[in-house]
Amino acid sequence: MVKPSTSDAYAIAVPDGLELDRTGRLELYYFMALNRKLEERLGMLYRQNKVVGGLYSSLGQEACSVGTAYALERGDFLAPMIRNLGSLLVRGVRPTDVMAQYCARAIGPTRGKDLNVHFGWVERGLIAPISVVGALIPVMAGIALEMKMHDKKNVALTYIGDGGMSTTDFHEGLNFAAVHKLPMILIVENNQWAYSTHVSKQANVRDLAVRAEGYGCYGEIVDGNNVLAVLDATRRARTRCLRGEGPAMLEAKTFRRKGHAEHDDAGYVPREQRAEWEKKDPIDAYRRFLVERRVVESASEIDEIDAKIVAILEAAADEALSAPFPDPSIARENVYG
Amino acid sequence: MAVTTYIDAIKEGIWEEMEKDESVFILGEDVGIYGGAFKVTKGMLDKFGPMRVIDTPISESAIVGAAIGAALVGMRPVAEMQFIDFISCAFDQIVNFAAKCRYRWGAGVPIVVRGPSGGGVHGGPFHSQNPEAYFFNVPGLKIVCPSTAYDAKGLIKAAIRDPDPVLYFEHKYLYRRIKEDLPAEDFVVPIGKAALRREGEDLSIITYGAMVYKALEAAEALAQDGIDVEVLDLRSILPLDEEAILTTAKKTSKVIVLHEATLTGGPGGEVVARIAEKAFEYLDGPIVRIAPPDTPVPYSPPLEEAFLPQTKDIVAKAKKLAAY
Repeated sequence: MVKPSTSDAYAIAVPDGLELDRTGRLELYYFMALNRKLEERLGMLYRQNKVVGGLYSSLGQEACSVGTAYALERGDFLAPMIRNLGSLLVRGVRPTDVMAQYCARAIGPTRGKDLNVHFGWVERGLIAPISVVGALIPVMAGIALEMKMHDKKNVALTYIGDGGMSTTDFHEGLNFAAVHKLPMILIVENNQWAYSTHVSKQANVRDLAVRAEGYGCYGEIVDGNNVLAVLDATRRARTRCLRGEGPAMLEAKTFRRKGHAEHDDAGYVPREQRAEWEKKDPIDAYRRFLVERRVVESASEIDEIDAKIVAILEAAADEALSAPFPDPSIARENVYG
Repeated sequence: MAVTTYIDAIKEGIWEEMEKDESVFILGEDVGIYGGAFKVTKGMLDKFGPMRVIDTPISESAIVGAAIGAALVGMRPVAEMQFIDFISCAFDQIVNFAAKCRYRWGAGVPIVVRGPSGGGVHGGPFHSQNPEAYFFNVPGLKIVCPSTAYDAKGLIKAAIRDPDPVLYFEHKYLYRRIKEDLPAEDFVVPIGKAALRREGEDLSIITYGAMVYKALEAAEALAQDGIDVEVLDLRSILPLDEEAILTTAKKTSKVIVLHEATLTGGPGGEVVARIAEKAFEYLDGPIVRIAPPDTPVPYSPPLEEAFLPQTKDIVAKAKKLAAY
């Protein structure tokens, strides 16, 4: 089930030929750290009953969100799933937006009409997910279809989990995209647990990536905890899409370190498995990489980034919590155009 | 003016919108080279090319999902369900994705999902259904059920131009049986507006789709007995034309609600409720529903005939109501 680690020190392997300057390397850290610290801050708000709905964590999966979204270019579209808060941050969503949304305030992106990461802006290339997993795949195929119709040099990227891969929409959406050779990137975020159900009860294959072949599309396995590997694989997938080769599916192997949502203690997850993956923490590993490869002069440079994030989040929390709840008068608005 | 069948009216409506608006395109099973199972899209592939007339895999959820995605970025997709019975496979995309986008995050989804519905052609349980009631309880959707060639054309155009998801239920029994002269110039039929098909003083039949013709036949028969029947064709199910419903109810004080969807939970119940709530004091008798029984649609002709409301049933119930 889980390969024993050969070393306690999980190390970031740098993909051959990856082009990324120092600013880019630091930005990857910034967004992963922002992702994690924002979720930690939301956890505090949840315990203070300021978050009135469920809270979903991507602890341990930050590299997957950040690396994939960072590979996108202007005009590309992205649709996140519930554990892709980091993708939204890379695409310019402000922590204030996220906190106001979770806290159901009037200044939230949906003005209190929907929760968590269920928001988007078409003009910014962000499509809001729905709770039904898999549904985004046909929808993003449709966005990729429009790109093909108008010969746009762009891609549509979305995610699916190991559990969501069992849905009809996964099959129909990926097959539709493959048949029509659409520029769609599907990130299979295999975190091994769909709520309490292990991936072995979802799929009778060891590697979910092998399914790509059955659709006649490109498939690849990537270390989902290595942000550089994720970035590199997504960039290459993007290039393939722009060459008109049809959709690409990447299986990012990772692990869900918390429960399905905050209420779930994930007691069904074997302790050893969790401990194993804690050693592969994507942010700790990347931090070590930055220091060891001399991307930063010293660890204190990274501490400064962390301090900046804390300040940003405090200001964002203040702004979100000082905002009012929505006026009941809007509850009936905007059903029709 | 040219005589146009109901099915050609649908085709002409789509064709004209595609000529006028580059963002309109079609997707569905066998809509391209074959021209659609009923030939609604015949000739469109040659005229508009494979990027605007798209043959898809047998994947209703992907057809509607892809239509939603394209609509979100400015397109006006018209998705065909080969038989409207298969729309159940796209249920989630329609009710959870398309219907809720605007309310949740302000994104309009201007799609049309259309397909042949209805019985009377011995199609059996999976090629005869009237599934409009499944969607009737979903805020954010619009539902239209044209009965005439004029409405078929005017409503498909209105549906394509509408900023919201519209389910367009065309009746396959009417495809080649109904025809009329249509104006040459561009016209639309507004969504949400009923049409009075026959004026009368004694009793109202509120109906839509193929049942409009049964109601008109019954009205002719009842006229022989001196019962003057008004027939209101709803044309749109969602939103309902409440004003037209209440006006006819108040005028005749006796109402029959007739449809081809099965009885329990059918759209007729809502029509009855609106009248009961808002025109109760005008009524001179119970509001009567006429609809198929709560069974699947059977195949064999005598069974299907027993299932579908027949003119004689309407006449009998109307006489009983008129006697109040």
